[in-house]
Amino acid sequence: MESRITEKLKILADAAKYDVSCSSSGGKRKNENKGLGNAEGMGICHSYTEDGRCVSLLKILLTNHCIFDCAYCVTRKSNDVKRAAFTVQEVVDLTVNFYRRNYIEGLFLSSGIFKNADYTMERLVRVAKKLRQEEKFNGYIHLKTIPGASDELIKEAGLYADRLSVNIELPSEMSLQQLAPEKNYSEILLPMGSIKDQLILAKEEKQLFKSAPAFAPAGQSTQLIVGASAENDHQILQLSNQLYKDYSLKRVYYSGYVPISSDNRLPIITEPPIIRENRIYQADWLMRFYGFNVQEIVDEQNPHLDLDIDPKLGWALRNRHMFPVEINTADYEMILRVPGIGVKSAKKIVSARRFTPLNFDNLRQMGVVLKRAKYFITCQTKTMYRQDFDSQTLKRRILFGDGSVRSSLLTQQLDLFKQVG
Amino acid sequence: MGLYTYDGTFEGLLTVVFEAYERKTWPHTIEQEHLAQPSMFGQNIAVTTDEEKVSRVWKGLQKKLSVGALKALYHTYLWEQPGFEMLLFDYMKLAIDSKECIEDNYAASCVLRVQQAAKQMFREKHRMEAFVRFQKTADDLYYATISPDFNVLPLIIQHFEKRYADQRWVIYDTQRKYGAFYDLNAVTLVNLESQPDKRTSSAANNIFSEEEDKYKQLWQVYFDHVNIPERKNPKLHLRHIPKRYWKYLSEKQPRLQLETK
Ligand code: SF4
Repeated sequence: MESRITEKLKILADAAKYDVSCSSSGGKRKNENKGLGNAEGMGICHSYTEDGRCVSLLKILLTNHCIFDCAYCVTRKSNDVKRAAFTVQEVVDLTVNFYRRNYIEGLFLSSGIFKNADYTMERLVRVAKKLRQEEKFNGYIHLKTIPGASDELIKEAGLYADRLSVNIELPSEMSLQQLAPEKNYSEILLPMGSIKDQLILAKEEKQLFKSAPAFAPAGQSTQLIVGASAENDHQILQLSNQLYKDYSLKRVYYSGYVPISSDNRLPIITEPPIIRENRIYQADWLMRFYGFNVQEIVDEQNPHLDLDIDPKLGWALRNRHMFPVEINTADYEMILRVPGIGVKSAKKIVSARRFTPLNFDNLRQMGVVLKRAKYFITCQTKTMYRQDFDSQTLKRRILFGDGSVRSSLLTQQLDLFKQVG
Repeated sequence: MGLYTYDGTFEGLLTVVFEAYERKTWPHTIEQEHLAQPSMFGQNIAVTTDEEKVSRVWKGLQKKLSVGALKALYHTYLWEQPGFEMLLFDYMKLAIDSKECIEDNYAASCVLRVQQAAKQMFREKHRMEAFVRFQKTADDLYYATISPDFNVLPLIIQHFEKRYADQRWVIYDTQRKYGAFYDLNAVTLVNLESQPDKRTSSAANNIFSEEEDKYKQLWQVYFDHVNIPERKNPKLHLRHIPKRYWKYLSEKQPRLQLETK
């Protein structure tokens, strides 16, 4: 018995790991029934994989049997891998026992499609329902909706899950046709739209009746695969921007394509585009927390994010006329745009300068990192550096330090990176 | 200037503040009674904790500081790093003497240092909440040991009380030799009679439930299979889980081999 469940866990964790979303934050489920667990507020990473990703949820597939044949997916029908399926009870037991030992914040359950969409979705919902009703489980539950599942099932899923996701995977209809012929955009966007409507409805009802049932209180998210198809960063970020706006998504996750599949519909790459993925995350961050407009980050003329510098520095170098920023008088919004200054530092600066005019030493003591910022700020009109470098020189100094002899060698290496991405 | 000694409690420290103002004698050092060496210079003043004085100082601080800042003071006390008493004293004196609220004045070194201490405490608290691993004993008690860098046990109790309302659990600080025990109703602080680390040694392995090894092993299996080797990044991995925390983590222990039947 024991070995069977171990075997299943191996197969179904392996198959689920390429879905990169792992967040367990934003939950609002309190432990009010003296049951098990509490999913209020910030999620916790209970461990980290050797590739440095947060392990917060038990992330598994219910089964890796699938009737579809998406080129980028290990679970695709035509791929020769071992198949397995958990029973509903097995998933419930694993989740509860891991949770009680403080290994996890909850469950992220997804599945290959066996038989048909509703048949599969119904089982996912059953796991969540059992956890909530029989185990009195208040931990985090993230369910992935199966493409093509009925509206009723998605609605029911939202009653038990904290978060629902509909994965778009490919950033354009054309790539979808090529790489996932059984899927299409409208079929993906339909449930996304209906989840959004449900979220709004539940919120309105909540205002009227306190006892109205919650619907996926941590909202919905999606994932885009980067590097399995030809879209550039501009297209990808435009799409995310739209998703945030039109579908009020909580998160868009980006997954650098890991060359797991030898399917001949895919580009031949040897390493996942990790740097590119990272730059896209940084750009996404700028849109969500730093008040940047997507057009400021990439546009038709510059459709690719610079791989050797982060997008905020890139923006600053293209907009030198906005600098230097005087730390003691500039708006919070502008301080936030200084390369190297994050949300925390910006807030600290704005509150500390009410007491006393700040100088560079004050900033240093407050833990503001000046390595980049020093080229873009003044403190009481004093500069730490000549500000008249041209953008190229500035970029070099920031990347390689002030005396940059080795720079040519390193530039070559960065060019190599660029090709990989 | 004087050397103040107190009983090691947070209340004791607040009493020191009261006495210092009363006598207009500012401390150059504050030490716990049982650690203090009498000083040859200045006065030696032994302070006895006094509820009335504690409450007057605390009320005064409440008028000057937000709840967040008051918490930061308590956390700095639990931080227990050398010099924390004088740091707290300087902070409280600055707060009491200033007309304006000083808690965001990071240009003042005591404000900055209290904030840094509070940040270290927050980090350690967060790590303990993440890395505590319970093992289930044969009598259905979930048992975990910790030895944190700072005294964060009092700060993590609430988190676990909310989370595990329906199971009995113990978290024991092996370094400071006390623990928190939840009995399905409330949490009490306990000193265990027998050494807990002996209880977990292999000789006493039978105190853990039969399932325990099974789930420990399943967790190790999960950890190994959620990893994507193509993305390996040991530096990032270590930044997230510094080696000194590995001792807590079953996934970082040698792999268990269960007999398969
Ligand atoms: S439907 Fe989902 S599981 Fe099936 S092949 Fe496509 S991506 Fe993979």
